[in-house]
Amino acid sequence: MTLSYDDVIAKYEPVLGLEVHVELNTNSKMFCGCSTVFGAEPNTQTCPVCLALPGALPVVNEKAIESTIKIGLALNCSIAPFSRFARKNYFYPDMPKNFQISQYDEPICVDGYVDVEIETDEGPKKFRVEVERVHMEEDTGKSLHVGGATGRIHGAEYSLLDYNRAGIPLVEIVTKIVPGTGKYAPEVAKAYVAELRDILRALGVSDVKMEQGSLRCDANVSLRLIGAEKLGTRSETKNVNSLRSVERAVRGEMIRHAELLNAGGRVVQETRHFQEDTGLTRSGRSKEQAEDYRYFPEPDLVPVAPDAAWIEQLRATLPERPSIRRKRLQEAWAVPDKEMSAMINADVLDIVEATVLLGSDPTKARSWWLGEISRIANDKDVAIADLAITPHDVAAIVALVNAGELTDKLARQVVEGVIAGEGKPSEVVAKRGIKVVNDDGALMAAIEKVCAEQAETAEKVRAGHLPAAGALIGAVMKETKGQADAAKVRSLLLSHLGQNEG
Amino acid sequence: MIRNSASEMAAKLAAGETTSVALTQAHLDRITAVDAEVHAFLYLDTEGALAQAAAVDAKRAKGEKLSPLAGVPLALKDVMAQKGIPTTCGSKILEGWRPPYDSTVVAKLKKNDIVILGKTNMDEFAMGSSTENSAYGPTHNPWDLTRIPGGSGGGSSAALAAFEAPLAIGTDTGGSIRQPAAVTGTVGVKPTYGGVSRFGLVAFSSSLDQAGPCARTVLDAALLHEAIAGHDPKDATSINAPVPQVVAAAKSGDVKGMKIGVVKELNGDGYQPGVRARFEESLELLAKAGAEIIEVSAPNFEYALAAYYLIAPSECSSNLARFDAMRYGLRVGDVDGASAESVMNLTREVGFGKEVKRRIILGTYALSSGYYDAYYGSAQKVRTLITQDFSKAFEKADVLVSPTCPTTAFKIGEKANDPLAMYLNDIATIPVNMAGIGGMSLPSGLADEDGLPVGFQIMSPVMKDDRMYSVGAALEAALLTQWGAPLLDKAPIMGGAR
Ligand SMILES: [Zn+2]
Repeated sequence: MTLSYDDVIAKYEPVLGLEVHVELNTNSKMFCGCSTVFGAEPNTQTCPVCLALPGALPVVNEKAIESTIKIGLALNCSIAPFSRFARKNYFYPDMPKNFQISQYDEPICVDGYVDVEIETDEGPKKFRVEVERVHMEEDTGKSLHVGGATGRIHGAEYSLLDYNRAGIPLVEIVTKIVPGTGKYAPEVAKAYVAELRDILRALGVSDVKMEQGSLRCDANVSLRLIGAEKLGTRSETKNVNSLRSVERAVRGEMIRHAELLNAGGRVVQETRHFQEDTGLTRSGRSKEQAEDYRYFPEPDLVPVAPDAAWIEQLRATLPERPSIRRKRLQEAWAVPDKEMSAMINADVLDIVEATVLLGSDPTKARSWWLGEISRIANDKDVAIADLAITPHDVAAIVALVNAGELTDKLARQVVEGVIAGEGKPSEVVAKRGIKVVNDDGALMAAIEKVCAEQAETAEKVRAGHLPAAGALIGAVMKETKGQADAAKVRSLLLSHLGQNEG
Repeated sequence: MIRNSASEMAAKLAAGETTSVALTQAHLDRITAVDAEVHAFLYLDTEGALAQAAAVDAKRAKGEKLSPLAGVPLALKDVMAQKGIPTTCGSKILEGWRPPYDSTVVAKLKKNDIVILGKTNMDEFAMGSSTENSAYGPTHNPWDLTRIPGGSGGGSSAALAAFEAPLAIGTDTGGSIRQPAAVTGTVGVKPTYGGVSRFGLVAFSSSLDQAGPCARTVLDAALLHEAIAGHDPKDATSINAPVPQVVAAAKSGDVKGMKIGVVKELNGDGYQPGVRARFEESLELLAKAGAEIIEVSAPNFEYALAAYYLIAPSECSSNLARFDAMRYGLRVGDVDGASAESVMNLTREVGFGKEVKRRIILGTYALSSGYYDAYYGSAQKVRTLITQDFSKAFEKADVLVSPTCPTTAFKIGEKANDPLAMYLNDIATIPVNMAGIGGMSLPSGLADEDGLPVGFQIMSPVMKDDRMYSVGAALEAALLTQWGAPLLDKAPIMGGAR
């Protein structure tokens, strides 16, 4: 008896709240000099400080503070003249100190907003998502639970700990509650995270790779009867690792809540884990009894008091806002609205721009990424960014086509080859022996051969029955293994047979 | 030779009258002879110390320019991380742990070629005033082996008083350098908070902990102070300013025209008669030396002890959370099928002693939501008031003075089951930590009623540590004239005439 989404929104109003954790791309960790490079051997990027050896002390990474202030400014926040770190106390083996250095009642940035635009039934509509706070903290290590059915700590035979991630600078961006999105709640959530990601990328402060966890979203959802004032109980969905998942998770939770409420049940306040495969969430930690983190000001660190002049200096260096950039690119590339939205939705704007900057014509760059490459990504059910093809490759392929060394059809084979991991376009061309047969002699040989083999058909053409040429052209193409330019074959064949298309 | 002061030893080394190896060996021999009774040391690094000594001798032979204390041996409180050397903090939970890094203090000692003999006993995680809370057994006061040597740094103070080392490092969170100095007749200094790096000092209460020098003379303390002090980028709370000129102050010992404020609240009821008598006598000597003695009031000091026992346990409950059996130290109950949680619980149950558990529980409670404002929050306000009391007092006086402790050394076991009575011992030393200022204790004689040493405390404003050295040196000189010989020569058991 799964409810339809329309049934849900006919009765309930969703209220959103979004918490985004961003790993900063500083070279060193938040409180020590350890490297932050992703994917190193476990526990090789550690030191007395991030392993919480007795006696070790944290020292704040100035670069992380700078990045956080930039984020706050880009999100229209006020920057606190005085903020403090606090200890959040709880025991967990992947947190070496058994407390996390975070910020509590004195965060560094407060009261900002992000405007997002989404397509609605009535056309494009703007929503303002208000940001309550932006604060700094450190990441935990990673636990790998081995054995047992679920990969969770319960039932595991043993657990492995990797502290490479422990102490990586994290910025948490928390929205105020977002009411009034109605049925567009899932789209607004997605658009907000997408906009945030674009802003962070433009600032250059994070890799913002959701799949690697450098941008992580917790989606808080609650429902209330339409017209009701009181907020419903919320659930907090974690582990939402892609933009698409943000939308799915919010939609899924809205339906789950509505089903519970309709059946006379109640929503439990808890964290839930998003399951990428099913699009459903499963129950995590209950938050019915608020955990007591015993926050208190971190005595090992002094307050953060950024100089006003420094803040203004950082403000002056802020990059172009992504929404403005989009407008600029649309004009420069002369792209219609619909195509632009398609690019944004497919998340290929950056990649297209990179391709254009490498010399490709905007229309061709767009059509490759949005067409053939998107289609392959869809078939494989992976993100475009995960395919082994880069803007460099596409620009190279476009250049080869422009130079007449590839036909569009052959270029598609090259794209396939690059994605299949056969190498750079030039390598694929070489390995697969792909080349446009431009040599008139070779083409003429094939044409003569085919005309001799299919003498009857050739005679028809010679007699002026042009549609019969198709079969001959096909045979010539086959003869040349598809490497000939079909238009050229046609023109050579027709003149060979005494016809002129003029 | 071992009865000399550190500066006398340094002079002999510089003059080539002895070598660091000989000096180090003499102290190692002394330790072998007496430490079974005193139990000042938890670990003796015989090889390391002799190697370090030989290296200094070699440098000296080559004519290299050496630091003032180069080649002089030192005892290190076991709360300081020293690379490759067991560091237990007097706790079972760190048994067997050897730090892979040097604390900044140790790095500076090494850089100054000060020879580190070994690690000294202490109350577990520096929580206590008697060294009875050490998981490795108590240390005995060289003046009377049935008495406590003070705490938490009783190992360091006893080592000095028993001539096992001429210098020692202590740490002071509520009096752990000054109170042991007072009850053993030695000198101990808590520098301004942030004056000496805390990097590698295993934290008890981060906002109060401060490492400092322990010695038998004021000048020795000053020399050691200068060796270990200074800004450290690895400690965010370290003060980035020049080190106060403490050696120059200790050498001049000039108090002419200085105003010395007697803190009204740190005297009187609860202070042993002999302690008060020695204190008054010292004031007279300072007046004779040209200082002006005035009285100042610090009305909020009466709340200091209560506030301290909220702030220190709160911070310790969080600081000690890292001892979870996962990465280092003791691990108990790690049998097949045991969860991380049960191993952590069992390890902490077995690894921590009673006083440590008491403070973790106290602190956890004080930080709990619903209690935070009433406990931790109020305590922080008291802290501000105490700091203001000091500021006002320092408007009138250059330094403040009081007895270091209300009593002389008590008997081992006497207060072991009465934590409140134990806590009261620190009533005069705690305000200094709460305000982050400097404090020194030096011997002012023996109490008539029990013949045990009495400490005189000098307090100086933030980063004006040189003032307490001026006053200390002046008083020390006046007392020495009166006594005719250092006080420790009167110690009946481990001291005795030269
Ligand atoms: Zn590190």
